[in-house]
Amino acid sequence: MKTAVVVFPGSNCDRDLMVALELVTGQAPIPLWHDSNELPEMLDLIALPGGFSHGDYLRSGAIAARAQIMREVMSAAGRGTPVMGICNGFQVLTESGLLPGALMRNAGLDFVCRDVRLEVVNTQTPFTSTYAQGEHITLPVAHHDGNFQADRETLDRLEQQGQIAFRYAEEVNGSARNIAGILNDRRNVLGLMPHPERVVEPAHGGTDGRRMFESLLNVLA
Amino acid sequence: MKAHVTVSLKPGVLDPQGRAIHHALEGLGFGQVSDVRVGKVIELDVADGTTVAQIEEMARKLLANTVIENFRVDLG
Repeated sequence: MKTAVVVFPGSNCDRDLMVALELVTGQAPIPLWHDSNELPEMLDLIALPGGFSHGDYLRSGAIAARAQIMREVMSAAGRGTPVMGICNGFQVLTESGLLPGALMRNAGLDFVCRDVRLEVVNTQTPFTSTYAQGEHITLPVAHHDGNFQADRETLDRLEQQGQIAFRYAEEVNGSARNIAGILNDRRNVLGLMPHPERVVEPAHGGTDGRRMFESLLNVLA
Repeated sequence: MKAHVTVSLKPGVLDPQGRAIHHALEGLGFGQVSDVRVGKVIELDVADGTTVAQIEEMARKLLANTVIENFRVDLG
C-alpha cells in the first residue's frame, strides 16, 4: 500500500502518522512538502497530519488549505483516492471545501487534551471497516478548534447519507450532534479530530487507532 | 490605498469567545451589555485602482470562511 503524508509548515504529527502507517502497511510513506505541485503516481492514501499549520493564523487550516499541494490533493480526491485528515488535517479539509462545515473554537474555550470515547457510526467506509457498527472505541484528542458546526440542512444531510463516521460518546468540545469525524458523499475523504496514529501499539495504551489504518489496508491491499 | 475587510460570525453561529467576554464584562459591573460577538478587521495596503469586487474576491477565497462568517469591505 503506497501512502503519502503531506507536511505543512507547523505540522507536528506528521512523524507519528508516518510511523503508524509504516507499522501497519510495512511500507514507509512518502512525505509531501506543502509547496510541491505534483503527487507520486498510484497513491493508495493521502494523509494530512495534525499540528498547527502556518501557526493557525487567520483560521486553523485556512492557509494550508490554499497550499499548492492541496490542488493536487483535491483532484486526487475527485478521482477517488482515499484522503484522510486528522485534527489540523480535518481543519484543512473543511477549509478546502473537500468536507462540509467548519471547525470552530471549543465550546468551553479550553484546549482539550485527553482520551475520549467515540462511537463508530458508519463501518461501510474504507477507513472504518474493521470496527463494528455502534462500537465504542477510545482515541486521544488534542485540539483547541474541534467544535464542528454546519447549518441544519448540512447536518441532516450528513446524517441521512451516512457521512458521519464517528461521534463523541461524551461531551468534548461542543460539536453539533457530537460529530467527531465526517466523510464526503463518496466516502473516500475522512476528516476526524481524534488521533488514531497515537494508539497503534500496546505501549501507547491502546490499539483502537491501528484498526483505522488496517481497514484501509484490507480494502486496498 | 487602504482597504479594510471586517469579518464577523454569521448570526446564529455560536461564539464561545464572545460569550466569555460578555461574562467578564458583567463581572466588571457592565450590566447593560446584552450580547458580545467577536470578529476581526484585516487591513490591506492595495494598489490605487483596486476595486471593491477584487477585495471581495480575496475575502471569499481566503480572508473569510463563508460557511460561518460574513464580511464587509471598506475601501479608501
